[in-house]
Amino acid sequence: MAGVQINQLHKKFGNLSVLSGVDLDIADGEFVSFLGPSGCGKTTLLRSIAGLEDINAGAVILGDREITQLAPAKRDIAMVFQNYALYPHMNVYKNLSFGLSLNGVPRAEIDERVQNAARILQISELLKRRPKQLSGGQRQRVAIGRAIVRDPKLFLLDEPLSNLDAGLRVTMRVELANLHKRLGVTMIYVTHDQVEAMTLSNRVVVLDKGKVAQFGTPLELFYAPQNLFVAGFIGSPKMNFLSVDATLEGARSVRLGGEELDGTIDVALNVPISELQNSGHTLGIRPDNVELVAEHEAHVHGQVVLVERLGTESQVHLNLDNGQSFTIITRGTHPVSFGERVHLKFPAQHCHIFNAAGEALPRALDAETRSLIDRQKQSHGATTRGEER
Amino acid sequence: MGTDPDSAVQRNRFFEKLTPYLFISPWILGFLFFTLGPLIFSLVMSFYDWPVVGERTFVGVDNYRVMLTEDPLFWDSLWVTIKFGLFFVPFNIILGLLLAVLLNQKVLGSGIFRTIFYLPSVISGVALVTIWAWIYSHEYGILNFLLGLAGIEGPNWLGDPSWSLLAIVVASLWGLGGTMLILLTGLQSIPKELYEAAKISGVPAWARLVFITIPMLSPMLLFTFITSIIAAFQQLTIALLLTGGGPLESTYFFAMYIYDNAFQYFEMGFAAANSWVMFLIILALSMLVMKSSSAWVYYEGEMKNKEQADG
Repeated sequence: MAGVQINQLHKKFGNLSVLSGVDLDIADGEFVSFLGPSGCGKTTLLRSIAGLEDINAGAVILGDREITQLAPAKRDIAMVFQNYALYPHMNVYKNLSFGLSLNGVPRAEIDERVQNAARILQISELLKRRPKQLSGGQRQRVAIGRAIVRDPKLFLLDEPLSNLDAGLRVTMRVELANLHKRLGVTMIYVTHDQVEAMTLSNRVVVLDKGKVAQFGTPLELFYAPQNLFVAGFIGSPKMNFLSVDATLEGARSVRLGGEELDGTIDVALNVPISELQNSGHTLGIRPDNVELVAEHEAHVHGQVVLVERLGTESQVHLNLDNGQSFTIITRGTHPVSFGERVHLKFPAQHCHIFNAAGEALPRALDAETRSLIDRQKQSHGATTRGEER
Repeated sequence: MGTDPDSAVQRNRFFEKLTPYLFISPWILGFLFFTLGPLIFSLVMSFYDWPVVGERTFVGVDNYRVMLTEDPLFWDSLWVTIKFGLFFVPFNIILGLLLAVLLNQKVLGSGIFRTIFYLPSVISGVALVTIWAWIYSHEYGILNFLLGLAGIEGPNWLGDPSWSLLAIVVASLWGLGGTMLILLTGLQSIPKELYEAAKISGVPAWARLVFITIPMLSPMLLFTFITSIIAAFQQLTIALLLTGGGPLESTYFFAMYIYDNAFQYFEMGFAAANSWVMFLIILALSMLVMKSSSAWVYYEGEMKNKEQADG
């Protein structure tokens, strides 16, 4: 087992820069997800670690061994592909044993490893079948089994669940988490699905246009996004943004105001800051943190354009008076209706502030949230957080 | 109203069903008159003594009997054809596969090479033969000239019975562009991930070719195997124009035997019987290959229609 270190990795396709200066330090035994919209470079980064892409600059270190220039087979890794990449003309046993038998592993040992992997994945009774005779979930297991028999130091998984239907995806997600716990090996997981990333990972790398936007635990990403991109990407429905003016009120407090807001909001900071640019600030607030209040208490006002009732909550889409669209979530079946005029209040403890460069100011978190984040940082392994969705 | 509505409806329905056949009728008529008709006609002919001019007489299976028991040329030409096929079929497939694998690499100008390798398949047979006649020529051929530079005295390729068949095999292989193209399309339809997964598992390049490429390509290999056998049996143009069947009938192919019986000796009935024997041989060989295919051909249909059944 080993951690992974990536230093200043650059990758270009022709003139197009896909990865520019990626630095990561992944701990031994960690489950890390690469998360981002399509085209952000997450799969390319994974394939660079695997050695399937040549990189233009940088280094990849696995354990204490630099593997940047090694052939894929020599890197002590295993990879699970999105479309499984099973050899269709071989049965499951051959699929699992093919690589081993060509690398001079004794037959008895191959058999032991295959049977062991099959037992872990509960596919022992399928060993004689061909991939065509398997269901999607079974194929996925075989693909993972092919990685397990290699007994690698690092597992690379490229959107392994995206070809499965929704129900099966949830089951396989739990199985993957259990597998990680059982094997204790470092795993890197590429996905565009934030629920997968948030539930499976110890830490998540959010990638934006070939750069690391943030590398942190799932709750850190959610409660303390470091920039506008992460704030807007994590969480569904998306965080709302408003342009505001910000002034420093002492070293640890920022007062938000400006044309868009009625009144002001004082947001406490975690770390004292000495200077603040006056213009170009953005207030961010998640839809479920907004409160519906009476007109005189409100910071902004708007009109309901759509109500989506999901039972436990209702998503209410609004047009603010300045024309901007805005989403809020109300508990249960709050009696708002189409066309109604509503008044919104932004509780200070839920407000995120971003400067003109899109970087977050370090806001103070309440004790409960902070301890939640700290606990997640410390826990390693136990990542099955049930099956929301 | 006088008309019966029921029969009108039925008439409409009949025409509705007929319409598609009317649309493809030019092809149906062409097939009936120019393919199926002559085919059956030739079968009938094969039971007759059928000179081009003069009396036709029904002779029963006499043509077949004479061919199989009295005409040594039948067996000789068949043997020449089989020898030719034994060289031509494997070389056509193996060289076609090697070229396809080479052209499938991502190298600069692979498009140009693809065109160059296919070019001979486009050239007319006669032009091709003329080129090869010059290459093989005993006195002024480029092949013997080049051999001479290396200090080797080249044989009389087309005049020496021990070399002539081989010379024709090589000239025929000039047209393996078609085989190459079929195999190349096959190669390009193999999912790249299979190779990537194999690379990560440490499978060496030769094993990727033997255990992944060839099995995945087997349906195309089967197809080219059968078409190569058929091409070998129908070999006529090159031999006819290059050697005329000589020397000492060393390149006297079965197709040439049929050709001579029909257009030199005007024994149309006999030639028709020859053709049917050739047809049966090709049919038997093809069926044999098809039968063997269940053991070595893998039909994919798996990676493409990703069935997403539940586990």
